[in-house]
Amino acid sequence: MRNVYHVARRELGAFFVSPIAYVVTAIYLAVTGGLFGFILYYSREATLRYVLMHGVSLLFLVLITQVLTMRLLAEEQRMGTLELLLTAPLRDWEVVLGKFLASLGVFLAMVLLTSTFVIVLLRVGEPDIGVMLSGYLGYILLGTSLLAIGVFASSLTQNQIVAAVVGMGITLILWISGALGEFVGGAMESIVTFLPIFDHYQDFARGIIDTRDILYYLSVTVLFLFMSVRVVEWRRWR
Amino acid sequence: MIQVQGLTKTYGDVLALDNVSFQVERGEIVGFLGPNGAGKTTTMRILTGYMPPSSGQVSIAGYDVFTDSLEVRRRIGYLPETVPLYTEMSVYGYLDFCAAVRGVRERDDAIVRVLEACDIADVEDVLIGKLSKGYRQRVGLAQALIHDPEVLVLDEPTIGLDPRQILGVRELIQSLAGERTVILSTHILPEVSQLCQRVLIINEGRIVAEDTPERLTNNLQSGMRVRLQVLNAPEDALAHLRALPAVTGASTSGRGVFDVSLDAPEDGQDPRTALASLAVTQQWGLIDMRTLSMSLEDIFLQLTTTEAVAAEELAEGEVA
Repeated sequence: MRNVYHVARRELGAFFVSPIAYVVTAIYLAVTGGLFGFILYYSREATLRYVLMHGVSLLFLVLITQVLTMRLLAEEQRMGTLELLLTAPLRDWEVVLGKFLASLGVFLAMVLLTSTFVIVLLRVGEPDIGVMLSGYLGYILLGTSLLAIGVFASSLTQNQIVAAVVGMGITLILWISGALGEFVGGAMESIVTFLPIFDHYQDFARGIIDTRDILYYLSVTVLFLFMSVRVVEWRRWR
Repeated sequence: MIQVQGLTKTYGDVLALDNVSFQVERGEIVGFLGPNGAGKTTTMRILTGYMPPSSGQVSIAGYDVFTDSLEVRRRIGYLPETVPLYTEMSVYGYLDFCAAVRGVRERDDAIVRVLEACDIADVEDVLIGKLSKGYRQRVGLAQALIHDPEVLVLDEPTIGLDPRQILGVRELIQSLAGERTVILSTHILPEVSQLCQRVLIINEGRIVAEDTPERLTNNLQSGMRVRLQVLNAPEDALAHLRALPAVTGASTSGRGVFDVSLDAPEDGQDPRTALASLAVTQQWGLIDMRTLSMSLEDIFLQLTTTEAVAAEELAEGEVA
């Protein structure tokens, strides 16, 4: 775990010396802040639910998670620094996990900054704290699995843009996969309709915490991180 | 220290290394000499645990690179051909990270030691992206030394440097060697003669020659080596051979097989004729005679044999 910490720490440092973290955070806060303002103004309801569930928010979440992760492994491959990591006494999973945790750290910091919305709501009305917390939990779980997808996409290529596009592609396929359920039918239907990545999030936003949904997001995260490790291993064998 | 046995590596259908075997003793500086694409980098990547071989055995300090990869990696300092630098980090920060992932306990002490050894203490706070190529190469070397490894693997450590920087890096490598075992690759002939005690010449994935730099250079300058096979060689055959004026050296591996080094042909007189007529007139029963060094010469033709050419290559590279 010490190695994971060292990899994550270096990666976090890299985030904050490059403009990426600042630009992404600034735009993220601007967009979600704008959305929050509009929705609050028109709905006059002290809730974050519409902000968190809004299509723009979700699309934006996909975008920022892929931008945060696209560099992680792709850049190491392009710059040849992956050779440094893979010839140091590090296990492949330690490299992947360290990088993932760094991106998770940046993401959590960004989400934490949106707590200003909560403060605003507390001042203008009486929001349901429970619903807000469960909404945040869902949002973070969703973001975590999207980051894992991004890490996986980044392991596949040495081009950051390609990594981002692939990551978004995987996410969008998971998004619309539910529609396939009607076509396959039978036992497959129950599997396919369980796949869509955003469906599991809706309950959280409504204040319902279902262990199946938590398990879903954790499984997606673990699965994609596991596949990233396998890709890194496979790169050695080529 | 390093044992390589029957190493083979294929990339898809391409055979990059073909049954390569060699050994390196503790404290030796061994040069890998060969043209680009000969398999030098592949060999080094396998030694350092970056990639597994398709077949064959490699052990370093008694650990197998495949089954005990982490143990091997703890003992090796590696400078890849593309120096693996994080350009957004300061020299100090980078070395601190390298020390951390290699499990160095007293990181500060280790960093101070390599900053000094590589003569980069004056740039410790500079961002790596702002450093010149010579400095970057030194930072790369510092990274390879941070955990005080027993084995140092350097892939083309002087490539892309200007002549003054090359001299500096070579001196550095020499001073670092000490107790360490060093393997370095290069395609510049004078580099091995300056640095190495032994040279392995590799071409098209095979080791084609192994010798001291002096003897290799001599062979290169003085024409050819001929292998002679005779049926009934007398006891004093070697002495007869050495008595010939064109012969610069002769050795035998027994059973009537002699390896003879000859001067380069002069004024149209091929020295091989003297060799052949000796064997025939003495009735040794000459059954085979062939030139050995031809393939080696072919390889040398592709090598960069002088510093001047190396400098030219560099200049061309900069223009391109």
